Amino acid sequence: MRTLGETAWLGSDSDQELVQRLLRRDEAAFARLVDTYHFRLLRLALPLVGSRSVAEETVQDTWLAILDGLAGFEGRCSLKTWMFHILLNRARSRAAKEGRSLPFSALGPAEEAPVEEPGRFTAAGMWAVPPSPWGVESPEALVLRGEAMECIEEVLARLPANQRAVVTLRDVEGLEAEEVRELLQLSESNQRVLLHRGRAKLRRALEERFGEAR
Amino acid sequence: MLTCQQVTELVTRYLEGQMEWRQRVAFRCHLAVCPHCRRYVRQMRVTIATLGKLPEEPPPPQVRKALLEHYRAWSGKGVREFE
Repeated sequence: MRTLGETAWLGSDSDQELVQRLLRRDEAAFARLVDTYHFRLLRLALPLVGSRSVAEETVQDTWLAILDGLAGFEGRCSLKTWMFHILLNRARSRAAKEGRSLPFSALGPAEEAPVEEPGRFTAAGMWAVPPSPWGVESPEALVLRGEAMECIEEVLARLPANQRAVVTLRDVEGLEAEEVRELLQLSESNQRVLLHRGRAKLRRALEERFGEAR
Repeated sequence: MLTCQQVTELVTRYLEGQMEWRQRVAFRCHLAVCPHCRRYVRQMRVTIATLGKLPEEPPPPQVRKALLEHYRAWSGKGVREFE
């Protein structure tokens, strides 16, 4: 029998309860899981595997692996993080089969350059071309401007894969630094550097789009 | 005294709470006297918060259908094993 609670599990029920429902063949629960996570798995797969079609296949594989692994879910991390782990594993084995590795192991020399154009600073390191004010400076106001979201999506899609994966997991999905380090097998400092560079590029893109002439 | 350029390199360390206290004090002292860097840090925070509000799309209907069919087959298999 369906209960009212079943439509609200995403917000209220624990991951363990949800897993129990899925194991009890609750199709509505699985449909909600797919509706909630399919796009998010795909969004994470894109920087990992490099092409849309491979990303789609990897996500399909991931769903099958999620079902096969469900009975073994122990709740040591959130269900979301667990699903992302499975995606990473699928992407890794796929990459290994194709004789490559996921693009996260090492940082390139480009990652040591300053994040802001040196020309924006005086010789003493003070702003010569300071950040220009945006017409809107709250996230709520930016969300209302569809162009801001488009701008963010475009720039995110063009970030180097490792920066894109870190920014997606940390800022889009809201995972903790520790979880992201573990998922992507990054050192603490590399995780931070990739996050920093990705965020800085996104801020700059918004500045270019919305900065007011001074 | 930190320079503005150093602030742009350290902002993530600051927002992540990964600064040792001396550096944190220096960073905050710089922000107290530098409106440009205050704006820079504010814009970083807004950028981060906006990333958390990116729109999501529903799964394509044929993908959703195929996954639900797979779920049915998967749970049916479980029932047979159970019985």
